[in-house]
Amino acid sequence: MIEEPFAAGNSIIHRIDPRFRVAAATFYSFTVALCYEFQPLIAALAVSMVSVLLSGVGLKKVFKRLALVNVFILLFWIVLPLTYAGNTVYSLGPVHVYPAGIVFAAKITIKSNAILMVLISFIATMTFATLGHSLSRLRIPEKLVFLLMITYRYIFVIQQEYQKIIRSIKIRGFKPKTTLHSYKTFAYVIGMLLIRASERADRVYNAMRCRGFKGKYYSLTDFQADTKSWVFVTIVSGVTLGILLMEVLFNE
Amino acid sequence: MNKNQIIIKMSGVHFSYSEESPILKDLDFEFFKGDKVGIIAPNGSGKTTLFHLIMGLLKPVSGSVEIFGRSMEAEQDFAGIRHRIGLLFQDADDQLFCPTVLEDVSFGPLNMGKSKKKAIEISKRTLDFLGLSAFENRITFKLSGGEKKLVSLATVLSMEPEVLLLDEPLTGLDIKTQTTITRVLKKMNISYIIISHNIEFLEATTSITLTMHNGKIYTDDQVHVHIHDHAHVHGNVPHKH
Ligand SMILES: Nc1ncnc2c1ncn2[C@@H]1O[C@H](COP(=O)(O)OP(=O)(O)O)[C@@H](O)[C@H]1O
Ligand SMILES: [Mg+2]
Repeated sequence: MIEEPFAAGNSIIHRIDPRFRVAAATFYSFTVALCYEFQPLIAALAVSMVSVLLSGVGLKKVFKRLALVNVFILLFWIVLPLTYAGNTVYSLGPVHVYPAGIVFAAKITIKSNAILMVLISFIATMTFATLGHSLSRLRIPEKLVFLLMITYRYIFVIQQEYQKIIRSIKIRGFKPKTTLHSYKTFAYVIGMLLIRASERADRVYNAMRCRGFKGKYYSLTDFQADTKSWVFVTIVSGVTLGILLMEVLFNE
Repeated sequence: MNKNQIIIKMSGVHFSYSEESPILKDLDFEFFKGDKVGIIAPNGSGKTTLFHLIMGLLKPVSGSVEIFGRSMEAEQDFAGIRHRIGLLFQDADDQLFCPTVLEDVSFGPLNMGKSKKKAIEISKRTLDFLGLSAFENRITFKLSGGEKKLVSLATVLSMEPEVLLLDEPLTGLDIKTQTTITRVLKKMNISYIIISHNIEFLEATTSITLTMHNGKIYTDDQVHVHIHDHAHVHGNVPHKH
């Protein structure tokens, strides 16, 4: 089930206009993603840590989220040092270790954690509904935003339907094996899920038409571009430009 | 009942989803302002289909549908009257699609061109009326089944319709929510049609009970007697009606 554990709060970041937070997080994340040198990346990591602290979210939950992503990143640490072609090679018997691979894996790790932390502190601190409305105010096409919101709303319903189907095949003694029968069953499950999802979509659209939907989605949220929001984006933009400058300076 | 103010008039309506099996055959139906009608009929007899034809979500193969004295032909005709008829869907998950309760309840009023302030005001009043004031900011998909049903009802009532079409409003609900819905319906001065399998509920909330059979609607005053008889005679024996 989708939870929004960081959305409730009253930190300085929670009180910034959500649109400004979305814009700032986007600019910052893109910049960090483009950086390649250690100096700007480490600076970004420090900035992101500060932003997490400022947002006042539970650090335990933040670590849990980061841990989840870092499990994936661990794969890079296993694969890259063994495959990344570089100059100096250490050989342990038949296995060659490329130091350049280790460096690359380290950069990916710092980069991902820095971006993730800023997303947690700027974006996860608003509800999904607010995020949707901010996106539409930032002139992201209405249809895309709508798609995002509806996906969020129905992913849970579709998951329930999936569990219903799985339960019904389990109580009839189905055990997944690598047999044609198993593959066929999985194909049926996926097919059934698609049909149910599409029927659901029809019914939801009908219900919306019954309530006068004519293709336009209104938002109840009032956004306030106050002074502290402007100060916030100015600071974030300044810091981001600083990181960009470091990247340019340290790039040999 | 004021026979001058006809709301729904269906004549000679045929409908089928596929060629082989017609669902509604030469169906006639009239519904007047102030009517409180119950429909009780077996599953698959076309009750939901009837509601969807009234709302223009389905179009009859032949026959005519008139609503508020106007002939309904194109989608445009229905779009003009939908806000005056509130359909409560059988499955609340179809009806609630906004992230929060308040947004969902104000969706109808906003579509009707009400200002944001006015829409919020109406929505809060409606939630209050249903005893849901504390639910405003709750996430819709995290509500319980009963809460979802009540919020769905709120999303329909917030459009201030003249008629309600309720499709099995009690199915799957606990006794407490069932009682709330019964009480709310009795308190409101509004015309409605209720599809339900619950005879006591229909007795408490409606003045006429209709039934559907072979694609037609019948006034059926014997329906109560009929069901009670069978319940006692064949109590535990599987049987067909
Ligand atoms: N979308 C559909 N496509 C094909 N057949 C349908 C569809 N919806 C309903 N039916 C069929 O039409 C008949 C009447 O359905 P419905 O109006 O939902 O009955 P009720 O609400 O009285 O249970 C049923 O036999 C059902 O299987
Ligand atoms: Mg039905």
